[in-house]
Amino acid sequence: MVEAIRDALDVKMAEDQKVVVFGEDVGYFGGVFRCTEGLQRKYGKSRCFDAPINESGIVGVAIGMGAYGLRPVAEIQFADYVYPAYDQIVSEAARLRYRSGAEFFAPLVLRMPCGGGIYGGQTHSQSPEAVFTHVCGLKTVIPSNPYDAKGLLISAIEDDDPVIFLEPKRLYNGPFSGHPDQPAVAWAKHPLSETPEGRYVVPLGKAAVRREGKGVTVLCYGTMVHVSEAAAEETGVDAEILDLRSLIPLDIDAIVASVEKTGRCVIVHEATLTSGFGAELAAQVAERCFYALETPIRRVAGWDTPYPHAEEWSYFPGPERVGRALLAAMEG
Amino acid sequence: MPSAARLSLHVPEPSVRPGGKPDFSHVGFAPAGEARRPPVDADPAEFRDLAYSLIRVLDDAGAAVGPWAEALSAADLRQGLRDMMLTRAYDARMVLSQRQGKTSFYVQCLGEEAVACAHRKALAPGDMCFPTYRQQGLLIAAGWPLVDMMNSVFSNEKDRLKGRQLPTMYSAREAGFFTVSGNLGTQYPQAVGWAMASAIAGDDKIASAWIGDGATAESDFHAALVFASVYRAPVILNVVNNQWAISSYQGIAGGESVKFASRGHGFGIASLRADGNDYLAVHAVSAWAAQRARANLGPTLIEWVTYRAAAHSTSDDPGKYRPRDEGAAWPLGDPLERLKLHLIKRGEWSEERHAQMRAEIDAEVLDAARDAESHGTLHDGPTPSPASMFEDVYKDMPRHLREQRQQLGV
Repeated sequence: MVEAIRDALDVKMAEDQKVVVFGEDVGYFGGVFRCTEGLQRKYGKSRCFDAPINESGIVGVAIGMGAYGLRPVAEIQFADYVYPAYDQIVSEAARLRYRSGAEFFAPLVLRMPCGGGIYGGQTHSQSPEAVFTHVCGLKTVIPSNPYDAKGLLISAIEDDDPVIFLEPKRLYNGPFSGHPDQPAVAWAKHPLSETPEGRYVVPLGKAAVRREGKGVTVLCYGTMVHVSEAAAEETGVDAEILDLRSLIPLDIDAIVASVEKTGRCVIVHEATLTSGFGAELAAQVAERCFYALETPIRRVAGWDTPYPHAEEWSYFPGPERVGRALLAAMEG
Repeated sequence: MPSAARLSLHVPEPSVRPGGKPDFSHVGFAPAGEARRPPVDADPAEFRDLAYSLIRVLDDAGAAVGPWAEALSAADLRQGLRDMMLTRAYDARMVLSQRQGKTSFYVQCLGEEAVACAHRKALAPGDMCFPTYRQQGLLIAAGWPLVDMMNSVFSNEKDRLKGRQLPTMYSAREAGFFTVSGNLGTQYPQAVGWAMASAIAGDDKIASAWIGDGATAESDFHAALVFASVYRAPVILNVVNNQWAISSYQGIAGGESVKFASRGHGFGIASLRADGNDYLAVHAVSAWAAQRARANLGPTLIEWVTYRAAAHSTSDDPGKYRPRDEGAAWPLGDPLERLKLHLIKRGEWSEERHAQMRAEIDAEVLDAARDAESHGTLHDGPTPSPASMFEDVYKDMPRHLREQRQQLGV
């Protein structure tokens, strides 16, 4: 997925002089996860460069660049580091268009690795999507595979609204079923690892059915798509797995269609449970599909604790927990 | 080595409070004409003293003196005087309108008119200012229509901002005036980013960032300085030190220990401290910084020493925290009176012409107010449509907002 992200940046930088890429360690070195490797060499230092360690400054200058007419793609080294920039994101990027009567806007993309499963401890493992989905004016996107990562990132760069682009870091180098004891798998054999050359888009706001089923709908995104697939296989539950891909805008039609078909719904995310995006999904399903539901909506999520270092696998909502929820949903 | 028996916390306190005798001995003044004028391409390390002195051009007798005195034409100066008088008359009218219930809130810039008005004249078309809520002078000096500003203050049906913003938080892209935020300091790194973008694009435009003394304490101020310094961004970093942040005197933002201009030194940024009530000094120093930025020589931080002569806003009563007669004792005087005196001394102005211009301006402001009020005020007359509330959150309205608009029934 690292290559897919780099490819998306490369395609857009080649095509559009206005696209600039920057962030901590992003320039010469190519980023701690290597997503921008080679871009400075190819496009020059003024279009791909290192930034001081100041997230509020990174986002603040990106807003100014966007208002000027560039299309900045800034990297926040870990999603956990984004909080100093919260005011710039929430009060500024998200509201420029609104407060100026559409005179100004900032078409910026903030890429940030999220999620755990790499022994990152409590400051390198968080999934803060809900702190962004709660903010009107932002779009929030999370790919689960290389094909989507490239297509969604190109869409995000071309979008005239600010986009939070969360990259599950456990998926950078391969799909992950949630079994840490099994050997790591590379993307190469995965059907969604193929990324066509050049420009293509995956539109924001369109979910994808990863596994068709009639028994229960699983709403998930990012790493949890792969975990949910594993859980369905291991339990034998006839689950329909919906990869939301984009949380705002949300593909509500796909959600409603699936839940009305299955009559059951399990929501899975890695972020903490309380006030997580799953709460919004549960409310939407309850409001729109109440009479189709055979059993209560269930959520599987990270516990409401910081992400622990040593106890990572007790925290991570792995296939066993998801599987139990699937079985419970089927039983009533 | 002395030691205290117990630790105690130092909390800065202004030298005088209500009922006391005004005292500005802590501010640091210097006679007009004294500060030197380095070449624009000088190394910032060679003029660090200029962050502690005070660049002034107009002396107490109204003469333009010293190396910063420029050859501004009498016509330019009369226009400058008019811009400042118009700004003051506009403010007075809007304060009155707020008292009459035509809007919720207003922020005037009484006593600080020279800072924005003269600075604007030193910029070029296409440059972008990132102002705070007290830089209406930038718009007025750019010749922006008063009616448009008033429509925004009244949040009426002609308000281009569709009634979304508090009064004084204008947006005027064509006038090089970035949309004003209500959160302090956020515009500072944005201005630096805009300037970086201009440099990336190989453009010739510069940015001008604005902040008050109080908000220099915000992290974003320091973020902006590090980015401006690292990338040598073509930006002017204005700090308007009007001595007061609502009720907190400048010492609460760190002004007790150092001059705000010297904040630039730690970043290697060219830093100047200038008389903000001196139209000629503001113009000369701004032009110097603009020339430096446009020559790709990087940022300049300028502390404008001025005084907030009025309340912070219509919601504030400064008599609760500072002597009521403090403004009258401000040593740098009134920027309008000082420029008027200078023009009269040059034989380019008179009391009669001044009175005539004042009458013209009053009529112009009144006409504009009548025009704007005919399109509604906050609580009376036409307002923007409630349906417009859902527009511009995103470029294209997403489904959930369409549904919410339908729920509101508009």
